[in-house]
Amino acid sequence: MVAVVKYNAGNIRSVVNALDRLGVESTLTDNPTELKSADKVIFPGVGEASSAMKYLEERGLDEVLKSLTQPFLGICLGMQLMCEYSSENDTKCLGIFDETVRRFPKEGIVPHMGWNNFISHSGVLFEGISALDSMYFVHSFFVEVGPDSIATTDYILPFSSGLQKENYYGVQFHPEKSADVGQQLLKNFLDL
Amino acid sequence: MLKKRIIPCLDIKDGQTVKGVNFVDIRSAGDPIELAKRYVQEGADELVFLDITATIEGRKTFAELVKKISKEINIPFTVGGGISSVEDARKLLEAGADKISVNSAAVKNPTLVEELSTEFGNQFLVVAMDAGLIDDEWKVFVKGGREATELDVLKWAKKVEDLGAGEILLTSMQHDGTKGGFAIELTNQLTDLLTIPVIASGGAGSKEHFSDVFQQTKATGALAASVFHFGEIPIPELKEYLRSKNLDIRL
Repeated sequence: MVAVVKYNAGNIRSVVNALDRLGVESTLTDNPTELKSADKVIFPGVGEASSAMKYLEERGLDEVLKSLTQPFLGICLGMQLMCEYSSENDTKCLGIFDETVRRFPKEGIVPHMGWNNFISHSGVLFEGISALDSMYFVHSFFVEVGPDSIATTDYILPFSSGLQKENYYGVQFHPEKSADVGQQLLKNFLDL
Repeated sequence: MLKKRIIPCLDIKDGQTVKGVNFVDIRSAGDPIELAKRYVQEGADELVFLDITATIEGRKTFAELVKKISKEINIPFTVGGGISSVEDARKLLEAGADKISVNSAAVKNPTLVEELSTEFGNQFLVVAMDAGLIDDEWKVFVKGGREATELDVLKWAKKVEDLGAGEILLTSMQHDGTKGGFAIELTNQLTDLLTIPVIASGGAGSKEHFSDVFQQTKATGALAASVFHFGEIPIPELKEYLRSKNLDIRL
């Protein structure tokens, strides 16, 4: 069973719908036992960092999410929350990844909204996906390139579009909204 | 590199597409899901569904349709038409819309923009504006372009950006329906002023019009309806053409 983390972020349903399209059963839950016993956990979300962290901390979900051992995929805000710190309202995040989250510089068009491809990408998550393939991005904050980066993309500056550390994976784009290539990435994750 | 977006717009009334389509191999031309799937297959980068129903019953049908779209379609889509409160927006978000667009309701009540942005984040909020020329000045029109307001288009755009809009959908009424090309100059004035993305709309009649708007302005997307619905410009052919002009287009 795939568990999708339920919290106060938007557009979680799209991830459930994408899993349905792949014929994969999932459960939307914030129950620690269900999260711990799931085969895979997906942590999606669109929203604001500090209110999301507050919600997770109030329910003790921050500790649960940090201590999971099965393959775990954070999407968009989900990936940003897995980092050490976000400058979005000065928020201490889960600290799974060492990287930090910053706002795109003012001189560009923000949010970064639309389809973009990769400068670099590697690993099983991206199997069958070319650097020229595009994914759909919507974000005003980005993760700096660091030791956990497994994919990078260029927008105003190079940033982390994918991160990995042990069983934890994160992607800045929305695979659930990225047509067939996005579906391929979700499939790669589910096959881990 | 960020790709330029090609965005077909579908007008919906009572759950059915309004404008005729002539895709020969589509069983029911009026079925928005079939048409949307077809566009996804052809390489559309995003879709817009505009509800032009005026009845409460019709609105419910639209929310049901949004649910179906979200289940079937794997690219982002915006829904608009008649959204005038946080509650209206929430229903569509919960139905699975990626973005909503507001137009007349924002003009009537600008705080709505701030409320929606605070509640759902600016990435969820597109402000659509219909621009028309009155005595050589671009003014905002409301009610589907039927009613002029005193609002200056550029000032209004800056204001909604400050209030939390995540994107602007700019339709020039002077160009819409003419098939003579997009409003290049106005689009440029807008992108020079704003830091959020701008989608140009109105006037698409040929492939060159799309390359013009992408080469001559900083618009990150171009929206059109009839040239796509009637098959005058097939999307794969359009994208091939734009690539040949060295524009960044999604494969």
